[in-house]
Amino acid sequence: MAYDQFTILKSSAVPLPLENVDTDQIIPARFLKATKREGFGDNLFRDWRYNPDNSPKADFVLNNPIYSGKILVGGRNFGSGSSREHAAWAIYDYGFRCVISSFFADIFKNNSINVGILPVTVSPEFLDKIFLAIEKDPKTELEVSLPDQTVTILATGEKESFDINGYKKHNLLNGFDDIDYLRAMKEEIGAFEAALLF
Amino acid sequence: MSKTTLFDKVWDAHVVRKIEDGPDVFFIDRHFIHEVTSPVAFLGLESRGIGVLFPERTFATADHNTPTINQHLPVQDPLSANQLKALETNTAKYGISHWGLGHAKNGIVHVVGPENGITLPGMTIVCGDSHTSTHGAFGAIAFGIGTSEVEMVLASQCIMQPKPKKMRITINGKLGKGVLPKDAVLYIISQISASGATGYFVEYAGEVFENMSMEGRMTVCNMSIEMGARGGMIAPDETTFAYLKGREQAPKGEAWDKALAYWKTLKTDEGATFDLEYTYDAADIEPQITYGTNPGLGTGISQHIPKAEQVLDGGASYAKSLAYMGFAEDDSMIGKPIDYVFLGSCTNGRIEDFRAFASIVKGRKKADNVTAWLVPGSHIVEAQIQEEGILDILTEAGFSLRQPGCSACLAMNDDKIPAGKYAVSTSNRNFEGRQGPGARTLLASPYVAAAAAVTGKVTDPREFL
Ligand code: SF4
Repeated sequence: MAYDQFTILKSSAVPLPLENVDTDQIIPARFLKATKREGFGDNLFRDWRYNPDNSPKADFVLNNPIYSGKILVGGRNFGSGSSREHAAWAIYDYGFRCVISSFFADIFKNNSINVGILPVTVSPEFLDKIFLAIEKDPKTELEVSLPDQTVTILATGEKESFDINGYKKHNLLNGFDDIDYLRAMKEEIGAFEAALLF
Repeated sequence: MSKTTLFDKVWDAHVVRKIEDGPDVFFIDRHFIHEVTSPVAFLGLESRGIGVLFPERTFATADHNTPTINQHLPVQDPLSANQLKALETNTAKYGISHWGLGHAKNGIVHVVGPENGITLPGMTIVCGDSHTSTHGAFGAIAFGIGTSEVEMVLASQCIMQPKPKKMRITINGKLGKGVLPKDAVLYIISQISASGATGYFVEYAGEVFENMSMEGRMTVCNMSIEMGARGGMIAPDETTFAYLKGREQAPKGEAWDKALAYWKTLKTDEGATFDLEYTYDAADIEPQITYGTNPGLGTGISQHIPKAEQVLDGGASYAKSLAYMGFAEDDSMIGKPIDYVFLGSCTNGRIEDFRAFASIVKGRKKADNVTAWLVPGSHIVEAQIQEEGILDILTEAGFSLRQPGCSACLAMNDDKIPAGKYAVSTSNRNFEGRQGPGARTLLASPYVAAAAAVTGKVTDPREFL
């Protein structure tokens, strides 16, 4: 699937100040049985969000109406564990377009970009500032600019830049995806394959 | 010539094109798929109206949500049945080899690849499952990918991958009595944490790995992802070649000789450099067990649970983790009562693991308070268990064998540990709810699992050896 375009996102954010949030928490394995990619948002953080009888857990952040927005802010080592892209689909399907953390697990980071979610890595200090700003005012807005590669806490004007490689940035800005690129290389790949030992 | 590592050699041989300020276009020799992470990739191909570029380079097996009893009957869960059906239809449509439920070669993807000689040294291997790192045991670059990438590989046999940094982990000396490869890797993860190798690709080196069997090397490489690494690999050697020779899909005759000559070049040059190195002494490693909710929260079995100030990430997440497990700081691990034992998964579901388990339960009896699920990694392993007489030993001790599959490793099928119950598990993840909602997992080796199964509590297996 091709990406949505991503340019500048201005939104309030949902805070999840926990470390090592693994993909089994983002979407538990028992919800991976679909053969389509829609609908995973309902089970995002299922076991943190709902009791076994399906009633919502009042103390979980997604059940707290004062928090909303298209940005999810997580603690260090976000997205560790299983390679399931369903985790990124669930985050996307729920309505998030950007995840901010001080450190992402590799596969999750790749998967996010591949479904059109921008993973933004900030310094631990800046992450704390974001959490603090949201704590002060849950409606506080962040601005994530892909062209400038910056995140700004609009209330205070505090700003930090983030890294992304030029190729991925270009793709996200334009809504292109890797398969378009790779299929255009079919001949070159065929020649490469023909020369292999196995 | 500049000095290069094993990883460089295999990586560089697979770069089709370098993109400036971007990833490498990276060629994939072998692609494994299974029922859970492939259906959406095939849908993607369909919506683009494109086919599979090299169908003979992809192999399918059903394992993640298959039942482990009564596999001859129709699958009860309609959603699982639907995924299995989708795999069958998709592979038939595109001409991909498919070892579905009931096939003589069926089993967990990372068990069947190596045992049939599909996995070979020097290859690049991917699968939509993070434990694809297992295949690194053969000196292959193997790692897990997401479903968008599964679609890329089907469409183009390539993915877009920036080259990771390089790490070497060396363990010198000899592993002590009762210490298995699983303990070696749990020890490493407890030392560097569950994210200590993120951004790196690991090479395991040193005497301990040189002396390890292929099964043991697979256990170690399997868990590379649990330290955050994309994968881990071990240079191929005589042990590797002896394991591969004669396997069904391994090269034969002249092709074998040619391959062998190439495989022998696959090692890190003396003096080549890594971005990060760790060195450990085998004498410091005892049987390990985890007490928390990520694989880095583990300790030697004779130890107490560390206090928060002694662990990396020792803040709120640590407290949450212990609360979930129902444990307290400074608790002794020995003697903790347990309810379930799971022997299986792509980490420890191979023949050696069953031999190790059987060597402890032989002549003893399963504890009455323990429910034990023993799940071979494949039909080939299952047959070997019977042929070697291991099944008799297990039966005599009060255990029974289930049919191959991922089972309680991720609890997608009915093999779920009930909420609040403790399971000593030979699998690879102790995340909250991984083995069933509310389940509490203690990761350990087959020896530790066996000792727990016969005593009903966490027990040092060295007492029984
Ligand atoms: S046994 Fe577990 S880790 Fe291995 S392939 Fe199956 S689900 Fe993945």
